[in-house]
Amino acid sequence: MTDLTRLTAADLAGRLTSRDVSSVEATQAHLDRIAAVEPALHSFLYVNGDEALATARDVDSRRAAGEKLHALAGVPIAIKDIVVTKGMPTTAGSKILEGWIPPYDATITTRIRAAGLPILGKTNMDEFAMGSSTEHSAFGNTHNPWDLDRIPGGSGGGSAAAVAAYEAPLAIGTDTGGSIRQPAAVTGTVGVKPTYGGVSRYGLIALASSLDQAGPVTRTVLDSALLHELIGGHDPRDSTSIDEPLPGLVAAARQGRSGDLTGMRVGVISELTGEGYQPGVRARFTESLEVLRGAGAEIVEVSCPHFTYALGAYYLILPSEASSNLAKFDGMRFGLRVEPSEGKVTAESVMGATRGAGFGDEVKRRIILGTYALSAGYYDAYYGSAQKVRTLIQRDFAAAFAQTDVLVSPTTPTTAFKLGEKLDDPLAMYLNDVATIPANLAGIPGLSVPNGLSDDGLPVGFQVLAPAKADDRLYRVGAALEALLEAQWGGPILAKAPELEVAR
Amino acid sequence: MSTLSRDEVARVAALARIDLTPAELDRLAGELRVIVDAVASVSTVATADVPATSHPLPLMNVFRADIPEPSLPVAEVLAGAPAAMEGKFLVPQILEED
Repeated sequence: MTDLTRLTAADLAGRLTSRDVSSVEATQAHLDRIAAVEPALHSFLYVNGDEALATARDVDSRRAAGEKLHALAGVPIAIKDIVVTKGMPTTAGSKILEGWIPPYDATITTRIRAAGLPILGKTNMDEFAMGSSTEHSAFGNTHNPWDLDRIPGGSGGGSAAAVAAYEAPLAIGTDTGGSIRQPAAVTGTVGVKPTYGGVSRYGLIALASSLDQAGPVTRTVLDSALLHELIGGHDPRDSTSIDEPLPGLVAAARQGRSGDLTGMRVGVISELTGEGYQPGVRARFTESLEVLRGAGAEIVEVSCPHFTYALGAYYLILPSEASSNLAKFDGMRFGLRVEPSEGKVTAESVMGATRGAGFGDEVKRRIILGTYALSAGYYDAYYGSAQKVRTLIQRDFAAAFAQTDVLVSPTTPTTAFKLGEKLDDPLAMYLNDVATIPANLAGIPGLSVPNGLSDDGLPVGFQVLAPAKADDRLYRVGAALEALLEAQWGGPILAKAPELEVAR
Repeated sequence: MSTLSRDEVARVAALARIDLTPAELDRLAGELRVIVDAVASVSTVATADVPATSHPLPLMNVFRADIPEPSLPVAEVLAGAPAAMEGKFLVPQILEED
């Protein structure tokens, strides 16, 4: 019998629809896999077994009764712990929210439930999505399934590792500066950051509101398109939600799988290659460009001169917005409350003690940095300048997209590094996001698709960027590259990953 | 631009309502100095003629029909609070004066 956890979401959906397998069988298979590999991986902060099986039973009986269901009904999914889920603990990886059970669902969660996808659980992440390795989680590290001594990326390391290790066929991530795409790259999975406003932010625990965007984490480009179409589209509960239909994403992915990109103009961003990129990452990137050229794409080089300043602008804008968003963790209405050990117990002193005890190092660093950047006397030099750089980066993109249909780069400068390697050097950690950050600053969509292994045997990601609201182009190019590379490899990249030891 | 001193970090941490131990303050001050020096490069290209962008896509005000909708059940909201009494959040003394 087929191992149901190894199927793509699209294939599993097909077998569920034809009633070849039941959702209970598929959900149980994933829960068994979670039980077997979680001791080694720690992708999940909470496993939602009973409710997931109840959803699966309900879907099975509705399907048996002939009800018309969503294409993904019965396909299990994992959700990053920054998305609120009614009745399920939601911590955002922080001690300050430990044990908090939200009284409402995010719009993403509502749509997932309405479509009948059993929710397997909540995945580990860097605290409040601040980090590139998941090491800033208050609840322990997640390990990369390719090498358990290495990071799974971050902040969505739990979602990426869960999908890579067949604990879930689908997962939700959020991407503020690369937190979907960078983990995808270092775990050999697919991740998509939609256009800003393309997926509702209602019920995401906000990090930086002008940058945050939720999106799919999967093993194939088509699966991402299926999930993106489920969670995307207008939501009246999010004032920044785009009030237009999504472009045809699944259709674009299916078209891309033909491997024909005739007439597609692909721009290589010169600032996001070369120096600072690991030789194996560069080699795979160059080879992938040849694959795209072979598929009929026209490859041109473009310059985005202000990208050099993107990292600086990002690490001013993000902390500034975060310092404001995280002010709600004051020990009054939800989460942790700590009273000061000395002095008067007032709302102010409780807030200071609660945040001192409840926030981890990286969160403290960024809130203080943001408060500093916004404070009197520094605002113009820091936050004001960063907002101007944002304009310059948007202009760079506009000029580049005037000559191209999509832009491409390696997703990350290196493959997965060792756990602990960059933990004491915040700036070195920040540099992991150098290629992913510009898309967030400009609000444009981006995708990472695996494009081979580096010299160290670890997976490498290929990033595709498109103009705002042209997310379909990501899927067409991503699916084409995926199909052509898989034909070369003789199967998906994850077939090359070592089998995990299974606890029984 | 000025560099970030330990005293300045202490002042800003107090503004942000985050209690820090002296050891934390030492470490954070050193780390933040490196980060601030690195990000300060933005001011070299942010000249007066460049407009600021606060948001990736143009923002418009959004209205909805003025129809009442049910709020979250009070009991469910208070269930997540550190302390509650008589259907309200129970909070510490707000004003310092006696």
